[in-house]
Amino acid sequence: MAKKIFPKEDVCVGCHLCEVYCVYAHSKYKKPNIKAHELVKLYIKHKDSKPTPKILIEEKSGTWTTFALQCRHCDDAPCTKACITGAMKRLEDGRIICDEEKCVGCWSCIMACPHGAVRRGENKKAASKCDLCLELGEPACVKNCPNEALEVKEV
Amino acid sequence: MKYVIIGNSVAACGCIEAIRKVDTQNPIVVISDEKYRVYSRPLISYYLGGKVDESKMYIRDEDYYEKNKVETKLGKKAVAVDFKSREVILDDGEKVKYDKLLIATGGKPFVPPTKGFELKNVFTFIKFDDVKAIDEAIKSGAKKAVVIGAGLSGLKAAEALIKRNLDVTVVELANRILGSILDLEASRIVQSELEKHGIVFKLETSVDEIIGDGKVEKVKLKNGEVLDCDIVVFAIGVVPNIDFLKGTELKINRGIVVNNKMETNIQDVYAAGDCAEGYDFVFEQQRVIPIWPNAYNQGETAGYNMAGVERTFDRGFPMNSIGFFDVHMITAGIVVPNSDDIEVLVKHDKEKNAYRKIYLKNGRVVGFMFINSIDRAGMITNMIKEGFNVESIKHRLLDEDFGYLDLPKEIRQEKILGGAKA
Repeated sequence: MAKKIFPKEDVCVGCHLCEVYCVYAHSKYKKPNIKAHELVKLYIKHKDSKPTPKILIEEKSGTWTTFALQCRHCDDAPCTKACITGAMKRLEDGRIICDEEKCVGCWSCIMACPHGAVRRGENKKAASKCDLCLELGEPACVKNCPNEALEVKEV
Repeated sequence: MKYVIIGNSVAACGCIEAIRKVDTQNPIVVISDEKYRVYSRPLISYYLGGKVDESKMYIRDEDYYEKNKVETKLGKKAVAVDFKSREVILDDGEKVKYDKLLIATGGKPFVPPTKGFELKNVFTFIKFDDVKAIDEAIKSGAKKAVVIGAGLSGLKAAEALIKRNLDVTVVELANRILGSILDLEASRIVQSELEKHGIVFKLETSVDEIIGDGKVEKVKLKNGEVLDCDIVVFAIGVVPNIDFLKGTELKINRGIVVNNKMETNIQDVYAAGDCAEGYDFVFEQQRVIPIWPNAYNQGETAGYNMAGVERTFDRGFPMNSIGFFDVHMITAGIVVPNSDDIEVLVKHDKEKNAYRKIYLKNGRVVGFMFINSIDRAGMITNMIKEGFNVESIKHRLLDEDFGYLDLPKEIRQEKILGGAKA
C-alpha cells in the first residue's frame, strides 16, 4: 500500500503553483507556512541553486486541458529495475525515491518510466522525481493547489 | 529448500528480491568469482573517468546480504555444475548443494585471437578490476590509448580516457559507431560530437597486431596504419560467460536457452541476464539481450518461479540510455529497419542538435532513436511494450512535448489513475 497523488484534469487551471510549491518544499530554504509571493522572492534570491520541480505539468497549445503529473510510485516500478547505480529505489514505506547523491544522470529511469514522470534535475546532473513530501506530512503540491486539482489516495 | 545463484550482478539482485518477497526463510547462496559485493558494471567507466568513487560503485546497501539472509561466496569461481547430484563445484573444490539454481554468470569480453594480446597494458573493459588496472597504468604515465570497438562500452571507455587527459583513438570494424543502437545517420551525429572532444575514429578497420617489448608500444591495423600507444582496451563486445557449462546436458544456443519463466531444459535450473537467451518481444525470436533492465527482469522472474510463484516475462527487448559528454541518447527496439513494411518517422532539429527517429509497423512503434531529445522517452518505450496503436497520434511522437495530453481522455485517465500498477 502506497500513497499516490491523483491529478484531476477537469479542475486544473494550469496555474503552476504546484510546481512552485514543489520546488520550495525541496529547496534548502524552506520555512513553515510560506506564502506564494514570498516564494517568488526566494526564487529571485536563490535562482542560481533553484531545483527542478519534481512534478510535471502537461499543457498543450490549443487545448484548455492541463494537469500536473507526479511519479506514480508504481507497484512494479520499472525505473528501479533500470537504474544502474541503485539510486532509484523503493523505501520501506512504499515510496520510490531517487538518491540524487548516487545518481550519475544516465537517464535509464527516463527510458524506463512508462509515465514520463522522471525529470532531469538541476543542471541535468541527477534524476528528479516526486517523493511525496512525506517528511512534511502531506505533499506540498496537493496542500497548496488553489483549486484542489490534486488529491492523495492510499491505493 | 536451498536457493543457489551463480553470479552476483543485477540479475542476482532481481532473483534475491523476488524470492524474499515470497519466501523470507529458506537459505540463498550467492557465488561469484569477483571479490566485490554487488556493484554496477556500467559504472566502471564512471569510476575510471573520476565521476564516481569506489563507495558509489555498489548498487545495494552494505547490509543487503544480511537483510536478505543471503550467504555469499565471493572470490570463488564456479567451475562446474553436477546437475544429477545438484551441486555447484567451486575452484577450491567446495561443493555447494542446491534445490533451485539460477545461473546468472553474465557476459565475458569477446576478444578475437590477436597477436600481442598478452602484452602488458592490454586490457578488456568489463569488470571493476579491469578499470582499476587501467587506472594504475595511467598513474604510471600512460598517455596514448587505442580502444578497439566503438560500441557502448568502447565509447564509454574512450570518454573516460579523454577525461583522464589521454590521447584516444577508437578502432571500429563497422562503418559506423554504436552500431547496436544507432543507424548510420544517427551515428554520424554522435560521432561528430565525440570528435569535438578529441576522440579520433578509425572506421572499417580492425586491429591486426599489438606490438611491443613486454609492454604495448604500437598497434598495427588491418588497413596498414600503425598507431603509437601505451594502452590498448578491447571492448568489442560480450559473449555469454558459460564455458564451464558447455558439454553438459544444459541446452545452450548462443546463451543458455530459457522459456518465459526463465526455466532451462533442466528441472529446477534457471538462467537470467547476459548469459541467457530468452524471447525478444520486438524481434520475435530467442536472443541474448545483454542489457541491464532485461537482466533484472529475468532475474526477478526466475526468483518468483524458483520460490514457487508462477511469473512470466515475455516483454524483453533491447533498450539503452547512454550519454557521452553532453550528448544523451535513448534507443529501443529496432534501430535499423529489417523489413519493407516499416514506416519511418524522423525529425532532425539541427539547431538543437536533436534527432528523433521512430519506426512503426502496423501502426505500432517497434523502435526509436532519440538523441539530445530524451525527456519522457519511457512513454514510447512503454508503447513498444504494450503494442499500443499510435496511428492517430504518430506525428506528435516526434515532438519534444509529446505527452498524455496527446492521448484520448479515457486512455490517459486509465494510464494515470489505474497506471499506478504499471
